[in-house]
Amino acid sequence: MTDAAQVAAIEARAARMRYEIVEMIAEAGSGHPGGSLSAADIVASLYFGVMKHDPLRPDWEERDRFVLSKGHAGPVLYAALAEAGYFGHDNLKTLRKLGSILQGHPDSNKCAGIEVSTGSLGQGLAIANGMALALRMDANPARVFCLLGDGEMQEGEVWEAAMFAAHHKLDNVMAIVDHNGLQIDGACDSVMCLGGVAEKLDAFGWEVREVGGHDVEDLLKALTEPPMTEGVPVAVVAYTIKGKGVSFMEGDAGWHGKAPDAEQTTLALAQLAEALEGGAR
Amino acid sequence: MSEKRATREALGETLVELANEGVDVVAVDADLSGSTTTAKLAKAYPDRFFNVGIAEQNMIGTAAGLAVEGKVPFTGSFAVFATGRAYDQVRNTVCYSNLGVKLAPTHAGITVGPDGGSHQMLEDIALMRVLPGMRVLVPADYVAAKAAIRLAAVTPGPFYIRLGRAGVPVIYGDDYAFELGRARVLREGVHVTLAACGVMVEQALAAAEALALEGVNAEVLDVSTIKPFPAEQIAASARKTGAVVACEEHSVIGGLGSAVAEALGELAPVPLARVGVRDVFGTSGEPAELMAHFGLTADDIANAARELLKRKK
Repeated sequence: MTDAAQVAAIEARAARMRYEIVEMIAEAGSGHPGGSLSAADIVASLYFGVMKHDPLRPDWEERDRFVLSKGHAGPVLYAALAEAGYFGHDNLKTLRKLGSILQGHPDSNKCAGIEVSTGSLGQGLAIANGMALALRMDANPARVFCLLGDGEMQEGEVWEAAMFAAHHKLDNVMAIVDHNGLQIDGACDSVMCLGGVAEKLDAFGWEVREVGGHDVEDLLKALTEPPMTEGVPVAVVAYTIKGKGVSFMEGDAGWHGKAPDAEQTTLALAQLAEALEGGAR
Repeated sequence: MSEKRATREALGETLVELANEGVDVVAVDADLSGSTTTAKLAKAYPDRFFNVGIAEQNMIGTAAGLAVEGKVPFTGSFAVFATGRAYDQVRNTVCYSNLGVKLAPTHAGITVGPDGGSHQMLEDIALMRVLPGMRVLVPADYVAAKAAIRLAAVTPGPFYIRLGRAGVPVIYGDDYAFELGRARVLREGVHVTLAACGVMVEQALAAAEALALEGVNAEVLDVSTIKPFPAEQIAASARKTGAVVACEEHSVIGGLGSAVAEALGELAPVPLARVGVRDVFGTSGEPAELMAHFGLTADDIANAARELLKRKK
């Protein structure tokens, strides 16, 4: 596959994932569309362009690992796992319902392909670090990718973990920040100013790559290039738009955690279907 | 009952033994490896020890990741920080994912001594006991602590092992094996049951000696597994003796006393007394002084038993 063809294929995957994100949240009647849509290109790039993994062998020892620290964006992960073939697409309509493998926040005991349960914010990077340590002890070449939200970087544990990865030279872990600038109560900078996320990670000893979070070509590059310096962990700060792909959700913190009504769903799906048909670009 | 050793001494030593035996143990500590004794593992196996610095939430999270990948992580720090500071990490990451993280913090209870109330954890059993999937062990001596650590290392899922700072008499022989969900009968009796855990086992045995001089034959149980809880065993003893004193170096709310009350209430209602810290924080002092100050001595247990005997039908 040529590079351009690979990029186009991933964009098409991301477009389908966006459609399914809105569809499953609408069906559930609750959920978090904004931060799921903002992360769709990142997660599609990881699952279909970067990570070594095999849906038929979720426990394959040398698979690359993914930890969704921003667990409320479960729908983007569920869409990717369904798209990859970890489970059937029909499961998506059971999201958040009694007995579903797709819990409101990812549950590793219920769903294949989920490495660890998340949902309480700020905890994913520490877990990813522990996984990376174990892989290094076992001389396992697999890598650990951890997707964080920018809002959750207000949690102190994120910075405890950031210090830890640099101190222990965990260059087999990668932190990816879905930097959409919004959280439940409004703009991150008005709720609790984050300052420069990239600058802070740099100061904590990470190699920082800033990238447009909806540019698959750039994402692939940032997510695949090895660390410039051995032993220095890489953080990718991806600038994204919350609610990306649905005009009335884009850039609106109000769509952090609510489902669209019937009318809004029709409109959103029409827009996302258009992106699908238009080759996603 | 001659030799005294702190239960915390069992941690580092047992981890080294387990590593020697090929068990894939690792330790994660938060700048307290000398006090918790995980430094012993760090010395023998530097690659199996990780210091997170003063960051207990990160300690639990990192250990969780190690457990995801099949390691057998033990975490250190003091009981107050490992359970209180990192409670959400223990709940949402360790227990909700059902990960095999073995919390073995030290310096639980008032026998921490002079460091005072901020460091004397009296609510940890309560906090850990309510978490689904968590097993809660409170070993009474060094031998039991070693056995508890060994059991946790080879049993899948999360464990909480409560270890202490102060020396306590070694009451068990080397043949001791920890039985999950079973209390150990240290003394058979018919008039009153003294159900104790941790450092209170020594006090309960002394109380039984004193009561015996008065013709009161007390049964002494070492209830080292708070969860799973030996409810039926406690109830059977209560049916025999007709009265129970629960003895713990912990708040009377939520710990062993509560577990005993729940079991008796459902299975064998008899008069109950709870000897423990009565809903207050600790304070500075030497361990023995504090045991007297908070009413946790053998005399206090014996007095509680005498009062109970008056209430027995």
